[in-house]
Amino acid sequence: MKNLAALACGLLFGAGLALSGMTDTAKVLGFLDLFGRWDPDLLFVMGGAVCVTLVSFRFVLRGRPLLASSFSLPAQRDVDPRLLGGAALFGIGWGVFGYCPGPALSALVYLEMKTVAFVLAMLTGMALAGLATRKAGA
Amino acid sequence: MTAYLTPLLGGLVIGLAATGLLYLLGRIAGISGILWAAVSGGVSGDNTWRWCFVAGLLLGPLAYHSLANAPYPGAPALSLPFAIVGGLLVGFGTRLGSGCTSGHGVCGIGRLSVRSLLATATFIVTGIATVYLLRHAWGVA
Repeated sequence: MKNLAALACGLLFGAGLALSGMTDTAKVLGFLDLFGRWDPDLLFVMGGAVCVTLVSFRFVLRGRPLLASSFSLPAQRDVDPRLLGGAALFGIGWGVFGYCPGPALSALVYLEMKTVAFVLAMLTGMALAGLATRKAGA
Repeated sequence: MTAYLTPLLGGLVIGLAATGLLYLLGRIAGISGILWAAVSGGVSGDNTWRWCFVAGLLLGPLAYHSLANAPYPGAPALSLPFAIVGGLLVGFGTRLGSGCTSGHGVCGIGRLSVRSLLATATFIVTGIATVYLLRHAWGVA
């Protein structure tokens, strides 16, 4: 049941990404091109999604999850260099090619070699981040 | 006017999906985190839901494009080196910064997390700066 629910949520999420234009790198780079020919569309994607979660999460978090004993929420509270440095690097990568993780995965089904390369590089980057932070003792 | 309707609708669907995962499984729909936990944890009992979510992420666009009879977007315009450098940075950065557009942007802001709000502002600013440099200052992309 849990797996079926996760599949359905993923399906809805992926459909939303495709519908919104997030799986189109030209569209995403157009949104990030604030100082060129700016395409504001993705502002509506982000705005629409956040409008839903800002309201719905309030109600959902008041109760209990339907298929789990409790909510699994991030516990970290402090704003540290690791958070901001990571976010900064992620943004640079987003601007370099035009994919963030979700759309990159969803776009795999378009069977473009460069998308496959992006996802493999992304997984490599995730593994490297693990090694780097372990070495730093963090 | 109607031009903004499709992205807005897409955003609402994404928000709904994130709400569903929180309500049903009690989990944050942070895709970079779910993907890494799935890949590094293998296919084991408690990890199965993550693989199912990822499978859904792949099936979703197929369902959308076929049901709405919408054409696939054009192939990414930039060359392979951009894909590799971009992918490495996105992977490294999202793991270091504990999240991406979905986890920090959609879900984190939804639960009024200061960390997520600052992370989201940061990656949007560096994304805009990167496109500015690559397209306009250096003219390489």
